[in-house]
Amino acid sequence: MKSVCFYFQVHQPYRVKRYRLFDVGNDAEYFNDRSESDLNNRRIVEKVARKSYIPTTALLIKLLKEHPELKVSFSFSGIALEQLERYAPEALALFKEAVDTGQVEVLGETYYHSLAFFYSLPEFERQVAMHRDAVRRIFGVWPRVFRNTELSYRNDVGHWAERAGYAGVIAEGWDPILGWRSPNHVYRPKGAERIALLLKNYRLSDDVAFRFSSKNWSEWPLTAEKYGKWIEAADGDTINLFMDYETFGEHQWEDTGIFHFLEQMPKEILKIPNVNFKTPSEVIAHYDHKDEVDMPHIVTWADTDRDLTAWVGNPMQRAAIESLYSLEDKVLARNDHKLLEDWRRMQTSDHFYYMCTKWFADGDVHAYFSPYESPYDAYIAYMNALSDLQLRAGR
Amino acid sequence: MFGWEFPPFNSGGLGVACLGLTRALAQTGAQITFVMPKKLDVGAPWAKLVFADNVILDQFNSALSAYATDEHYKGSGTYGQDLFSEVTRYAEYGGEIARSQEYDVIYAHEWLSFGAGMKAKEISGKPLIVHVHATEFDRTGGQGVNQHVYDIERAGMHEANRVIAVSEYTKNIIVEKYGVPAEKVSVVYNGIDETTAPRHKEDLSRLRALKKSGQKLVLFLGRITLQKGPDYFLRAAKRVLEYNKDVFFIVSGSGDMEKDMMIFASQLGIAHRVFFTGFLVGQDRDEIYAAADLFVMPSVSEPFGIAALEAMRMGKPTLISKQSGIAEVVNNALKVDFWDVEKMAEGIISILKSPALKYSMGEHGKREANRITWDDAAHKVNGIVQDLLVSSR
Repeated sequence: MKSVCFYFQVHQPYRVKRYRLFDVGNDAEYFNDRSESDLNNRRIVEKVARKSYIPTTALLIKLLKEHPELKVSFSFSGIALEQLERYAPEALALFKEAVDTGQVEVLGETYYHSLAFFYSLPEFERQVAMHRDAVRRIFGVWPRVFRNTELSYRNDVGHWAERAGYAGVIAEGWDPILGWRSPNHVYRPKGAERIALLLKNYRLSDDVAFRFSSKNWSEWPLTAEKYGKWIEAADGDTINLFMDYETFGEHQWEDTGIFHFLEQMPKEILKIPNVNFKTPSEVIAHYDHKDEVDMPHIVTWADTDRDLTAWVGNPMQRAAIESLYSLEDKVLARNDHKLLEDWRRMQTSDHFYYMCTKWFADGDVHAYFSPYESPYDAYIAYMNALSDLQLRAGR
Repeated sequence: MFGWEFPPFNSGGLGVACLGLTRALAQTGAQITFVMPKKLDVGAPWAKLVFADNVILDQFNSALSAYATDEHYKGSGTYGQDLFSEVTRYAEYGGEIARSQEYDVIYAHEWLSFGAGMKAKEISGKPLIVHVHATEFDRTGGQGVNQHVYDIERAGMHEANRVIAVSEYTKNIIVEKYGVPAEKVSVVYNGIDETTAPRHKEDLSRLRALKKSGQKLVLFLGRITLQKGPDYFLRAAKRVLEYNKDVFFIVSGSGDMEKDMMIFASQLGIAHRVFFTGFLVGQDRDEIYAAADLFVMPSVSEPFGIAALEAMRMGKPTLISKQSGIAEVVNNALKVDFWDVEKMAEGIISILKSPALKYSMGEHGKREANRITWDDAAHKVNGIVQDLLVSSR
């Protein structure tokens, strides 16, 4: 028997508006852009809900009903859920309906989609608890498998998740780490006793997430039938297909045929003998771990480096994130809910990603995802807002 | 190839562009006869130099300026009565030269030599390319366009078989204001290489004391004319000084607004923080580039903006106006609308106060500028020439 295990990431940051230097001390609203630009969070969430979340989830619910064997999982950042509640309640209702089928697992992460694990463990734990409470309140379920922001993983993330009681943790299946081993098995983090490690099959995942509409790709156009054949040909126990949910309708637009692909896929996969769908928890319960995997350094999903350099690789990014976390004690001591919330919203990894300067070597992936004119503009707006936050924390 | 000025006897980017482009073209195997109106002692061994007038000049320093207005030109006395009669005279020589030289394609840089190019085409029947480095709309900031200049520009562009523009920005002007069909206009960006770039200076003898005392230097380098936006630079300077008192602003260049700008600086109350250096060349220019903490090019209308590329190549964080051609080709610079003084000031303050920003912009800008070469420009020009030769056969 072999399983296909889907996990979709749903996340939307609170983008910092073009906060001007001359506003420092006079404007404590950092995320309230109301222009027609891509810094307007409401506008973006409404657009993504319309193009992606709503049509994809409606289709998914239909598929879940048609195929009771179909299983998928989601990870929602807390701030995505918050923004959906405010700006696109229809999308959130559909997500709830999908989870209510019982065929959908919800994973655990940090509420603010932050890199706090590497900067402040107490803050990280507070954000994971906040997220767990939000998932319970909205979906009525308790996350049993953990994934850290940007799939950032190191042995100690696995150890932490084990101590916190999770059954499994998710990471990138990066070849230099795996060596001869395949990502298509359950593993155990080095030094852990019982927790399972699930690794993304990035080739098959990226065939959909990145390459689907690429006309200079030799496999274009990708059909569900062809994809099913690749799944059939893959060896191992579990094929972990992890991708951004916005792949459907936002990164790959409707006219690329992505919805048709999604609609046909369960049928094509269920045609294959001895293949089924499982959620991450089911995979962990069903398959024994094959080996121990040692990841002493941080690995992420990103670009060709698979490390944190897309977020904290240049001096601007490091200056920004270090200034931010240096405010922790002051912010907590103020006991000011709005200040604390703003400080936490500033922790979302996307802010640092927008300051990434390596896109010339890396293709235009980063450029596409930035609402700022340049990484320098992103840095200036962020640091201006942070200066204001610092003033508020210090007063 | 008809030109007008050539380093070191240039008043701006036109001469630099002619040097960089002819050298790179020669390296691709092209044979170039470069014509100038006057005998000048320039070193360009890669091209055959021809001077339309073989009278040796004793005062060429103050001579032909590609950017002089007719008004300023009068009275310089070196080149005849005025700029227009000089241009006309050059055009007539163009015909003579067309008869005496061998060539496949005629190439004219800027309106000053369009007349010569058209004349050469008329006489030889060979195809003509005109290369537009700036239009009258840039030079005047759109105010008080000189009809005579415009007519020559327009005639040259329409007579030419192909028009080369230094940016999409300039191409748009050519299409919209001169009525040239877009398909006839190709964009070839300028480049930079070691022959034209300023050199790194370790010894900043004259500015060392200032730098050591912790003062920051913000540089404007260009002609002090409406087109280059020196007034916006000074307005931004005033705003910066409200936040950070330890900054000096250097205005390096000369032009018809120089006096006005000195007066404007004192009206703003910042005269003690602004240096006017005059037009600098050679070592002096290199030193001022090297000493600057950041470079600002606030042009109201800038066809390309080689000076900004030079600053980036020196590893200087650079702030440029969106109304410039170079804004189309570089990513690692801050870009603001020329009128957005607040944002300009914000960019200056941010770069001066954040070592991380200054370092990142400097390093990435340098790498990027090094990739924008005259070789690329020459390859594009070659392609256009080949195209033209095939289609005119």
